[in-house]
Parts: sequence; structure tokens; C-alpha cells
Amino acid sequence: MVASSLKLQDLIQEIRGAKTQAQEREVIQKECAHIRASFRDGDPLHSHRQLAKLLYVHMLGYPAHFGQMECLKLIASPRFTDKRVGYLGAMLLLDERQDAHLLITNSIKNDLSQGIEAVQGLALCTLSAMGSAEMCRDLAPEVEKLLLQPSPYVRKKAVLTAVHMIRKVPELSDIFLPPCAQLLHERHHGILLGTVTLITELCERSPAALQHFRKVVPQLVHTLRTLVMTGCSAEHSVSGVSDPFLQVQILRLLRILGRNHEESSETMNDLLAQVATNTDTSRNAGNAVLFETVLTIMDIRSAAGLRVLAVNILGRFLLNSDRNIRYVALTSLLKLVQSDHSAVQRHRPTVVECLWEPDASLSRRALELSLALVNSSNVRAMTQELQGFLESCPPDLRADCASGILLAAERFAPTKRWHIDTILRVLTTAGTYVRDDAVANLIQLIGGAQELHAYSVRRLYSALAEDISQQPLVQVAAWCIGEYGDLLLEGTCEETEPLQVEKEEVLALLERVLQSQMSLPATRGYALTALMKLSTRLHGDNNRICQVMSIYGSCQNVELQQRAVEYNALFRKYDHLRAAVLEKMPLVERGGPQVDEEAKESKEVAQLSEAAPLPTETQASKLLDLLDLLDGPSENAQHPPPLDPTPGDTLIHLLDLPCAPRPPAPIPNLKVFEREGLQLNLSFVRPPGTPTLLLITVTATNTSGGDVTHFICQAAVPKSFQLQLQAPSGDTVPAQGGPPMTQLLRILNPNKAPLRLKLRLTYDHFGQSVQEIFEVNNLPVETWQ
Amino acid sequence: RFMLLFSRQGKLRLQKWYLATSDKERKKMVRELMQVVLARKPKMCSFLEWRDLKVVYKRYASLYFCCAIEGQDNELITLELIHRYVELLDKYFGSVCELDIIFNFEKAYFILDEFLMGGDVQDTSKKSVLKAIEQADLLQEEDESPRNDPEEMGLANPSQ
Repeated sequence: MVASSLKLQDLIQEIRGAKTQAQEREVIQKECAHIRASFRDGDPLHSHRQLAKLLYVHMLGYPAHFGQMECLKLIASPRFTDKRVGYLGAMLLLDERQDAHLLITNSIKNDLSQGIEAVQGLALCTLSAMGSAEMCRDLAPEVEKLLLQPSPYVRKKAVLTAVHMIRKVPELSDIFLPPCAQLLHERHHGILLGTVTLITELCERSPAALQHFRKVVPQLVHTLRTLVMTGCSAEHSVSGVSDPFLQVQILRLLRILGRNHEESSETMNDLLAQVATNTDTSRNAGNAVLFETVLTIMDIRSAAGLRVLAVNILGRFLLNSDRNIRYVALTSLLKLVQSDHSAVQRHRPTVVECLWEPDASLSRRALELSLALVNSSNVRAMTQELQGFLESCPPDLRADCASGILLAAERFAPTKRWHIDTILRVLTTAGTYVRDDAVANLIQLIGGAQELHAYSVRRLYSALAEDISQQPLVQVAAWCIGEYGDLLLEGTCEETEPLQVEKEEVLALLERVLQSQMSLPATRGYALTALMKLSTRLHGDNNRICQVMSIYGSCQNVELQQRAVEYNALFRKYDHLRAAVLEKMPLVERGGPQVDEEAKESKEVAQLSEAAPLPTETQASKLLDLLDLLDGPSENAQHPPPLDPTPGDTLIHLLDLPCAPRPPAPIPNLKVFEREGLQLNLSFVRPPGTPTLLLITVTATNTSGGDVTHFICQAAVPKSFQLQLQAPSGDTVPAQGGPPMTQLLRILNPNKAPLRLKLRLTYDHFGQSVQEIFEVNNLPVETWQ
Repeated sequence: RFMLLFSRQGKLRLQKWYLATSDKERKKMVRELMQVVLARKPKMCSFLEWRDLKVVYKRYASLYFCCAIEGQDNELITLELIHRYVELLDKYFGSVCELDIIFNFEKAYFILDEFLMGGDVQDTSKKSVLKAIEQADLLQEEDESPRNDPEEMGLANPSQ
């Protein structure tokens, strides 16, 4: 059997010689069989070799668990060769999860107490690599003893083993804390390094330890200063920097000790400045130390001048040709941008340059940092840069870039027009990557800026004419064209180049959108509605539009079909209502909590807060005919007069178009009255707990040029109802869309009878007294059912 | 944290783990990380974020040296660490190349274990580390010599 046992190198050669995976497996399987046999039969001379081969095979990914016991045997053997391989095997094959690992505890214990230095070293190393909590607890006393051994070789290893033990079993800190102070006085770099690491570990785990070790700050400062100023022997230096590993470790400990502690921080200030200025930065080693210094400065309570120095160092890093250093700088600056904003701002140009890095991780960092640096003074320039970047950046960064630009625009937009322009540009460049609410936001923005309607619609029209693939852009454009189509055809607008648009072109464009494969159903909805609105905005016959509606009346998509059918009905039967239904939207207040997605034009938003004077968004609701006045207006409420029979008409409820049902289904608002700019809207709430109660909020808004004063609204209901009018919010409705007046009506309907409501209004407007009496018709069924 | 060495073809040459994870989990992590690192273009920086760790890697000839460190560790000094390890290997093998590491993988481990322990640097002096290895090798040879076996025992001689 021994004869066929290969040398390790030969085995490796053979495995590498295998041409196929299958061949390799064959060789390995054969060899493993030998190895297994050899373990079984016990071949003390060669077992280390067998194990070594097994470890190689393990590294290639083949199972090797049958070697675990062999590791134990080898560790227990007195020969150094055996131990060496045995411990290596233990580190590779045994880990906490294996039951076998505890078995080596004993061997380790023996080796730690009786072995020669090298063996002690092996044992310590293994312990620190794979020692489990139980092992650590068992062996802690041994390790502690070794901390006092004369040989620095063993001591340095013992210290690091202690670090591992504390990580596994924090309670052991008590054992290892006392020796630290002594160990700090060591001259041997390895021990010093280990000790500093140990102290760092102790401090990170326990505030008490942190307190305790603050007193060593002066000593650490001294050690570091010596390192930096007087240097050390060549063997510890790396490219001219004295023991950078030690420096970095000390700096890190100082950072922890100085955090939130004035006194310690003060002690370190000078030293940090010294390190920062004296470190040679031509090579990576120096930069590593400098970087750690910067991190430390930023984290402790350092002097302001020092902080500025740190930021400047980072700025210099940014200019470094080494990509790694730039990366590190960007990451750190990002952390600092909140606390030291102005200092970081100074490096803005460099940061922006980094946007163009081919390396994705760098450009991502640069993007984040650039976005954080945008403020009101540099927003125009920055947005310019960012948009340039957006055009050429890799796809995974696009979404972030787009949202970032939009957010920045929202926060810092100098003018509305700039804001609209910016959003427009973002939509054209990266429309598919923007968030969903960008569409709604833009619509709201445009809707609210009356002076920009003409401008917006022109720009959107041109953009749309070029490209109908970017859905958010198409949606906004379609909406705009629908709303402000007349402005589009008017011809002149100072802010854009003259654009001659024919009615037919506009219709053709919208039709293209409707028919295009790229358009989503929602987009088509927008386009359909826009076409409909144009029927009132544009002059001339509407045959074309009618045709489209008829076609879509049989469209597959339910939503589109419904819309088309209803629009059709509007054309055919209710033409007289069309103008009113498709009226322009009033100016929207920004930030209203009920932003309606215009796509679902007919989806009403229930106004839940009864008394809050929020402007309701008037939907294109039906304008009710002022029906024949009922005779005898009644005064406040309690004695309702007999009412005429309801007109038995069944007008289609445009309001009943399918909306995404929201539980509880909101009752559509109703516009009941309009005259010379004064509008009256009703909004309804049926509180879920009381089915017989209906709350109506009457909202009066005034878009005319003159105030409406002495406004009084009275209501009447059928006998079976109980009505209660609450005090109105005021009796003046200021002009030009000022805050509306609201009044709450409470109606109890115990019999669930059909609701009828008559309103009487008296007010002064434009110097005239006005009195209006009318019945509110077509109250939604939900108000009383 | 852990350290991996692998070739451009995705063959693992060394793996040192300072975290307790299962074999299966380790294999998965190695595969994943190898993919990510091998996909990096030459001009990209040496750092990347992976899972919740930071990974520092450097390519020397045909081998990738990969170190995974924690969030608060200094990436630049880790680069120095990798470089120091390569220097040690170089000194020991005399102009090390990938083949040396393949055929003498256990030596590579021994050297690493003299330089790092538990994931932290034990000794910052190249001389000291190399001396320790030398001594250990001597011990090993002493072990062998009384036998005077013509066949070279077990682990290979670095004089190859």
C-alpha cells in the first residue's frame, strides 16, 4: 500500500494533468481511497503527507471530513512535522460546528504549557483561527500565562489569541485587561501592535474599559510621535514610512479613546497635526496613515483648524491619480458632508469631475456626494452637470441620478419655469427611470403656474412630437395638450420659438400616441381624455374626435372602452353639457394632500376632514342644470317644504366611471353652482359608524376678480330628513382663488329615503346683490343608500 | 473576515477564514466573490462593497489576492498588508510565481500564519516573520534527518 502512495507534489502534478473534470475526479477518488486506508491502518511515518494531500484535495472542493480524526492524531504526535500539518488541517477542516473540534482542546493545552516555542506558536495560531467559545474559556488561563513568558515570539502570539478570545467570550475581558498596561511598554513592535489591538477590542466592548484606558492616551501619543518623528529600524518600514501598520492601529485606538471626550482629544491634537504634516504621501503606505489620521480627526472633538486640515487632505486625495485613494476620499467626504458642509463645498468642482470616472463604484460615490452638495446657490450649475451626466451614465445609476435631480430641483428651484424645464429635460433623457409620482408632481406644478401654461404646452408638444416612447413624458404632454390645447394653437408665445401648429397635427399626434405599441394603457387613457377635452378647446368640427371615440368604444381594454363609451355619450346625447364637463381645471395649490392623478379624472377623492378649508379639486363633474326653482324657499332647515317630483331623467353618471375602489368608496364631489367665477362645491362623507348620517361640506371658491361678500347659504331637505347647518367659516369669499369658505351640513336620514337638497344663496358680488335658489340634482346614490 | 487567493481562471489557491462559517456557506461565498472580482476591469479601483463587508483585492501576475474587511477597517492599509504578504512569499520562494504557491500551498499557509493571526497583523517586521519560518522549517528537517530516508519525505523542499 505504501508503494502506491504518492508524494504530495506528484499528486498535485497528476491532478493538474487531468484533462477533464471526470479524469480529475477519478484520480482524486483513487487517492482518497488510499488516504482513507492509510488513516485506518495507521502509518505514522507518512500520515502527515497523506493529510497534506487531503488538504490539497479539500481546497479543490472535494469532501475531506474523514481527515478530521487524523488531524487530532497528528496534533497529538510529538513530531513537529506532524504537528505542523495537523494544526493546519485543524484550521482548515475543523470548525466550531464540528463536534470533533473540542477534542483538540486537550492537545492544545498540552502544547501550550509544555511545548517548545514553535509548537506553542502553532497551538496559539490554531486557537485564534478556529477556537470556539468553549475552547476559549477552557484555555484562557494558559494563554494568560503565556503573556508573561520571556519570549517575544510567544508573547506576541498570545496577545493576538487573547483578542480572538475576547471576541468569542467577552467575559474574558476581565482576565486580559490587567496585563495590557504593562504590555504597552514593550519595545517589540509585534507585541505592541497586538496590545494596541487588544486594547481596541476591549474598549469597543465595554465602556468601563474605555474609561480605564483613557489614561494611556499620553503614552500612545508618545509612542506614535516617536515613530513619526524619529522613525524606526528599516525592517519595520514600508517605503519610507515607519511601521505604518502600527501607526494606523494606534491612530484607530486614539480615535476610539478620543471620541466624545474633550480632554483626550486635546492631548491628541498636536500629534495629529504632526502626523498629518510629516507623513510622506508619495506612496500608498503614507496615504494609508494619512487616511487613518483624517478619520481620527473627524471622529474626535478636534480643533476646528484641524478639521479643515482634514477636509483639505481629503480634497488633495481627490486629485490623486491613484484611483483607490480617490475612492477612499469620496467615501469619507460623503460621511462628512452633513457635519462640515461648507468645507466640503470647496471641493465641489473636483467631486463633479469624478462623476465621469469609468469606474462604476467611483462614479456612484461621486453622484451621491454631488447630490448632497447641491444647495440654492449652485443649483443651476450643478443641475447642468448632473443632467449632462444623466445622459451618458450607466443604466444602474440612472434611476438614482434622475430622482436626485428631481429632488434637488424641488428643493432649490429658483423659478418655476426653470423647474419645469429641468423636469422636462430629465423626462426626455431618462423618462423610463423616474419614479411614478414624477408625473403627478409635474402636472401639479404646471397646473399651478398659470403664466407658464402656454410655454409648457408648447415645449411638451415639441418634445412629444419628437419622441413618443418615454411614458411619463407622454402622459404629462398628453394631459397638457388636453388642458391647454387652445393656447397651443394660438400661435405666439414669447418664451419659445414661434410654433405653428395646426389643429389636425395635434389630433394626429394624440392619435399616434393612442395607437402606438409603446404606450401603456394608462398613457392611452391620458391621450383619450386629452382628445376629448380638445373637442371643446379647439374650434371647428369634431368629427375626427368622434370617430376616435367610436373606435375605442369597442376597445379590448376595459378602462379605455368605458371612457370611450361615455365620451361618446357626451357627444351624442349630452352635447350641451360637454363644455362644462370638460372645463379647465382650476389652479392647484401645491402640496395639497389630495393630489389627484389626473389619469383617473373621474376618480374622486373623498374629503375626510370636514372643517378644513382645503381646496377641493373640482373634477369635471356634471354641471347640473339649474332646474326649475321650487316654490318657496325655506329658511333654516327644520321645516322642509314639499318638493316637486324629481325630474325622472336618468343622466349617465360620469361620476360612476370605474375608479379603483377605495374602501370605503368615496362619494364623488359635486359642483352645484357656478356664476361669474363663484363656484359652489359639495363634498360628501358618510362616516362608517353611522349609516344614517351624511356630512356635506359646502365649499365656495371665487376665481373672479371681485370679492364675494355677505355670503349666506341655506339649505332645505325633504320632511323625513333632519338637517343641521353649522356655522360657516366666514361670509366673504375673497377673489382670485383665495381661501374658500366652507360650511358643514349634517343630514340625518333614518328612513334611507332618496336625498334631495335645495340650496338658497344670497351674496354681494361686483356691487350687485345676488340671490340664487336651486335644487341640487343628481346627488350620488351613495349619499343616501 | 477572510483572505482568498485565486487564479484568473477561478481556481482557488488559498483560503483563510477568520469567521466561523459552514463549509457550504464558504463555498458559496467564494464562488460569488470570485465572480464579482473577476468581472472587474483592470482600470477599476481595488475596493468594492460586497454583502456587508468591504473587499480589497489586488492582482499580482495571474493571481488575485482578496481580503474581506469590516466597515471600519482602513482599506489602504489592507492593500499594504496584501503587499507585505506577497513580499514575504517572494523572499521565501525567491521570485515567487503561481506554481510555487500551488505546489507548496501548505508553506503559503504557514507563512500567512506567521504574518497574520485571527485576522490581525502579528509582526510588522519582514525579517522576524521570515526568521520564524526558517526556524520552523529547520525543526521539521531535524525531525526528518535522523531517518535518513532517501525518499524526500512528505512536504516538498522549497529549494525546488
